[in-house]
Amino acid sequence: MITLTRVFKAYPKGVFALRDVSLHVAKGEFVFLTGHSGAGKSSVLRMVYVGDLPTEGEVQVGGRPTQTLRPRDIPKLRRRLGIVFQDFRLLADRTAEENVAFALEVTGVRRDMVGPKVARVLAQVGLAAKARAFPHELSGGEQQRVAIARALVNDPFVLLADEPTGNLDERATRGVFQLLREINANGTAVVMATHDLDLVRQANYRTIELEAGAVVYDSGVDDAAAGAG
Amino acid sequence: MRLALREAVRSFRRAPVLSLLSITTIAFALFVVGLVVLVGLNVQAALDEVGERVEVVVYLRRGSPLEAATLAMQDILAFPEVADVAYVSEDEALRKARQELREFQDVFEDLTTNPLPASLEVKLHPAYRDAGHVEDVARRLHGFRFVEDVRYGQDWIAKLDRLRSVAAAMSVLISAAFAAASVIIIGTTIRLTVLQRAREIAIMRLVGATAGFVRSPFLLDGACKGALGGLLAVGLCYAAFAVVSRLVLQGRFFAPGEALLFVVAGLILGFFASAVSVGRHLREV
Repeated sequence: MITLTRVFKAYPKGVFALRDVSLHVAKGEFVFLTGHSGAGKSSVLRMVYVGDLPTEGEVQVGGRPTQTLRPRDIPKLRRRLGIVFQDFRLLADRTAEENVAFALEVTGVRRDMVGPKVARVLAQVGLAAKARAFPHELSGGEQQRVAIARALVNDPFVLLADEPTGNLDERATRGVFQLLREINANGTAVVMATHDLDLVRQANYRTIELEAGAVVYDSGVDDAAAGAG
Repeated sequence: MRLALREAVRSFRRAPVLSLLSITTIAFALFVVGLVVLVGLNVQAALDEVGERVEVVVYLRRGSPLEAATLAMQDILAFPEVADVAYVSEDEALRKARQELREFQDVFEDLTTNPLPASLEVKLHPAYRDAGHVEDVARRLHGFRFVEDVRYGQDWIAKLDRLRSVAAAMSVLISAAFAAASVIIIGTTIRLTVLQRAREIAIMRLVGATAGFVRSPFLLDGACKGALGGLLAVGLCYAAFAVVSRLVLQGRFFAPGEALLFVVAGLILGFFASAVSVGRHLREV
């Protein structure tokens, strides 16, 4: 479903964001990407949503190498991905439901389909009662839930979450994490970048640790190898 | 399209001050260009008016028969350069001279015979009032029988020619310079409004909006602001023109088509400035 094969990402002046990264995320899997700031977690996610192309190696998303995508194919791919960021990235002048509806409208969904779909995902993230609230009227946790609802509204096959709890207090963090687990339990794969090791320990999900742009530990591979050994 | 319109209206309502500011900036940028062009047009019109006076006078030999003059007039009228030919008889010439040269009244009183010859006054079409054409026509007129002399004031026609060329070149050059400056100002203004929404563009792209979908409200917004700026510029030019006309001198204003050109120029500039600015952001995500 998502495969990175010997991926390098170099920036001018010889700075490497990723070095020889290979990993595979299967359908319905929950994967933690961990590591310090600058370790390359966000770079891996950028490779997946084609915010960047690899300098070397290959990235396949949904069975297609990203390098072969034409510019007009990129939006189509992104509609099949859900993307959530630490800073929520909501449009400040739109209500919660308008923010979610926006993700549907850009895909050209029929107007009469928008309302019910938006209501369904807002209910799913527990914000049905605050559909008409503007982002500044919501707490951090609630804003992140709106962002997750927006990411879910197009029924993505994978949810990419870049430090989704980074700006939240402990209680909101638990709530958002629980929501991501529920989404995963419903069959959507989740790739969550985080440096919150407490969170990682709470669940027995596959963990990939990055350091200086390279994968230094992958529980899916290393633990299986250790078990076999 | 409906969504693009809704987004464009939303952008205006969200930042009305910035929107009004950009319309005003565009208006003043085009207003300056309009003033320069208006001055150029009026100078040109004034020079054309002077050019109206360009005529070739053909003095006929004394005693030339009127029939010969009439025939010659028909031939001269057939010249492509010639707009009109008038016959001035000897008596009429004297009457005119008496009227126009009152200071020589005493001399006219003493005359026993009329010393003035009959003449043909040849007026040329506006496109042929330059030194080259006038000289050419004069040379051909010399070839007619009964012609004593041909006068056309070659010195001042050559000067008028030079003045026209200099005025035309200067007005094109200055207008172009101001137009270039206004293109830069309008481009920067539109870029600011796009920059203010850079975050929104990034979000649109992340949720899977196509480049066309992101671009269209901005293009609509830019084109509307440009057109409104152009309209305001025409209004400002008219106000300036009205004040100058009342206080200093009468001139000519833009014809409706020319005024429309400013609105269209604003629209096109706004549209392309938006296209360039949004394109820059689209490449980033």
